[in-house]
Amino acid sequence: MSDSTATVNGAPEAHGIPHGHEEHPAYLRHHFASVEQQADTTNFAMWLFLLTEIMFFGGLFTAYLIYRNWYYPAFVAASHQLNIFWGTANTGVLISSSFTMAMGVWCAETRRKSGLVLCLVLTFVLGLVFLGIKTIEYSEKVEKHHVPGFHYSVQAFTNPASDPETYKEYKDKPMPLDMARHTELYFFLYFAMTGMHALHMIIGIAILGFMIFRARAGAYTTGHVTFVENFGLYWHFVDIVWIFLFPLLYLISRHQ
Amino acid sequence: MSTNTIVSLPDQSTARIPKTNFITKENGLLSWLLTGDHKRIAILYLISITFFFFIGGALAGLIRLELLTPQSDLMATDTYNKVFTMHGVVMIFLFLVPSVPATLGNFLIPIMLGAKDLALPKINLLSWYLYVVGGILVLYTMISGGVDTGWTFTTPLSTHYVNTNVMSTGLAVFIAGFSSIFTGLNFIVTIHKMRCPGMTWFRMPLFVWAHYAASILMVLGTPVLAIAIVLVALERTVGIGVFDPTKGGDPLLFQHLFWFYSHPAVYIMILPGMGVISEVISTFSRKRVFGYTAVAFSSVAIAVFGFFVWAHHMFIMGISNYAMLVFSLLTMLVAVPSAIKIFNWTFTLYKGSITFETPMLYAFGFMGLFTIGGLTGVFLGTSGTDIHLTETYFIVAHFHFVMVGGMLMAFLAGIHFWWPKITGRMYPEKISQLAAVVTFIGFNFTFFPQFILGTLGMPRRYAAYPPEFQVLNVFSTAGATILGVGYLLPVLYLTWSLKYGEIAGNNPWQATGLEWQIQSPPLTENFTTIPIMDHEAYDYEWLENQTLTNQNLENQKAKEVASVG
Repeated sequence: MSDSTATVNGAPEAHGIPHGHEEHPAYLRHHFASVEQQADTTNFAMWLFLLTEIMFFGGLFTAYLIYRNWYYPAFVAASHQLNIFWGTANTGVLISSSFTMAMGVWCAETRRKSGLVLCLVLTFVLGLVFLGIKTIEYSEKVEKHHVPGFHYSVQAFTNPASDPETYKEYKDKPMPLDMARHTELYFFLYFAMTGMHALHMIIGIAILGFMIFRARAGAYTTGHVTFVENFGLYWHFVDIVWIFLFPLLYLISRHQ
Repeated sequence: MSTNTIVSLPDQSTARIPKTNFITKENGLLSWLLTGDHKRIAILYLISITFFFFIGGALAGLIRLELLTPQSDLMATDTYNKVFTMHGVVMIFLFLVPSVPATLGNFLIPIMLGAKDLALPKINLLSWYLYVVGGILVLYTMISGGVDTGWTFTTPLSTHYVNTNVMSTGLAVFIAGFSSIFTGLNFIVTIHKMRCPGMTWFRMPLFVWAHYAASILMVLGTPVLAIAIVLVALERTVGIGVFDPTKGGDPLLFQHLFWFYSHPAVYIMILPGMGVISEVISTFSRKRVFGYTAVAFSSVAIAVFGFFVWAHHMFIMGISNYAMLVFSLLTMLVAVPSAIKIFNWTFTLYKGSITFETPMLYAFGFMGLFTIGGLTGVFLGTSGTDIHLTETYFIVAHFHFVMVGGMLMAFLAGIHFWWPKITGRMYPEKISQLAAVVTFIGFNFTFFPQFILGTLGMPRRYAAYPPEFQVLNVFSTAGATILGVGYLLPVLYLTWSLKYGEIAGNNPWQATGLEWQIQSPPLTENFTTIPIMDHEAYDYEWLENQTLTNQNLENQKAKEVASVG
């Protein structure tokens, strides 16, 4: 039947890629012609997924840029309330975790099982440290009534002297109420952006926990490192989001 | 060809559906629910999408019944608000967005590329489950009282003023959105990495090009909708003020975020349909699509331009005059690639050997109705006329011409065209041609009067209207009844054909695509050996010569057999 329109020439070994001569490794899925194709494909998919993540965070960054332009004084004053010490420490923690993750990928590639497990555990711990510090920062905001929506107070901005610690450092002038109220938007964006970031960290840490078990069983040190590699991409992405959040929320125009 | 049909079926007395195929390979519900096979997932999608289409259709029926009379008498005005909102939510997020990509695209893209499956089968299955969860949440919303914000979730209405189930609808859209992201991501990866040897970018069928463009939109646009919905949810629960003017927020920001997805979303809906039309027109004209490269790039151009026109939904919302000017101009630009497609399809017909099988009838319907829908879109893209026409029935008619007249026609064209490949059996030709005509007539009766109503000033989204609009509304409701029959017929005869349809054989249309060179229904792994693509897409001239020589050979054989007998 099909021969009347035969445009497909059957050619079993025509992939241009060695195939069928050696045993398939167990991790090669049936619909891929070769391990290289499989690795390429999943890698590409991960990059695309990260692209969707950028668009997802992009909405929040857009909101931040707009409101920052509109309510500049409120955003400057509100950023004084962030704890720059913990913020910097957390940046250090995250960058270190990216380093241990990158080393983990290298260990997987060079088939060093114990090295891989060590790196993953370190990344896991550093991730938890980050979340711990974040919790300290969040609880500070709760104490100062800077959680938008629930029990927000503008006192620190209409009357900066009421918050002696911050006042000592920045000497903020009292703000009129209508501008001071817009600090709530700043804190909302602070919580939304760092919260969404922390959510990504939590997901990452959960996956890391799973990976540590699998790595101990030797799953990633047999030459098939795609999963570790792709997770590394995810972890670095989450880091890079923080690399943008830290200056935008903590550093920019801090001394104006 | 001298006959008025190109259908060539195998001898019905001896033909059989191949014993081993993707349907018969495994049995039992679990083998379907846990499948990684793109063809099975496509069928799961087809069933669930049809289900939601009829729910959305029933809601549309209620809307038309209410509008039969000027008073709001069938339902309370509040209920009416809920009905048109649910109609919009169901039709857009649960039918139009996944309609062609998740069913036909899922089924055909790997086969058209000469691959055994999509790149990420598990993600593909996950996307169906997310769709189902989204669908169930929408059903829950409906049962527990509905939502009345309109499908656009306009703030501050959705954040402050309604007490209906905005949260569950939002969650449903959020989850269904991820289903769409995963489908798009899977397609892009597959198209980049899974093409068979010889399948260069410019040998791919235009169906694949169209899906590639739509997938770009899904992957880049949908996350923005997701974050917009998250913000609405936070605004409702915590009152964070990002869209609340009393706290310094801006409701317009929601519009920007929402339409940044939802305008490209109409291209997500229409582009795959355009892909179907390219295949159908080419097959039933026996010609290569005129200007293949132009049609391929016009898909990509629509995807790119589509991202820069969203503010034309906001001309009456207080954006600046300069923004209106720029977005009006950019909107005109989208008309260019769309027109390229229509012109090229028309030139494909020119001097083609045209036959009028059902898919071709739907394709003709698409071309006419999409052209009207597209041109009225220019009225709405022009900021001056838009201010008069937006929020009237004109925009309802425009949107339905593009989506129902365009996309739904394309969906039906595609379902009929590939039905023999999917099921191995033909649909009954005569009655389906009748259904296509009924759909076309019903459609025009339903939606053409709405253009007139709109220019006369009848606003959308009201249960009651001044009595002088009644005649046209009665026309519209009568048309909707005919349209309903037109949609019911295919469900009936396509189901019938599953058992009683003629055996289709591999290639009933004598088409050139890779999908027609394999058995119908296909094997689970699609190809016994990975094919090599050694010719351009739609190479009908070459095929015609091949067929002639083969026919001669067969005739000769038949003669020999007869003489021996």
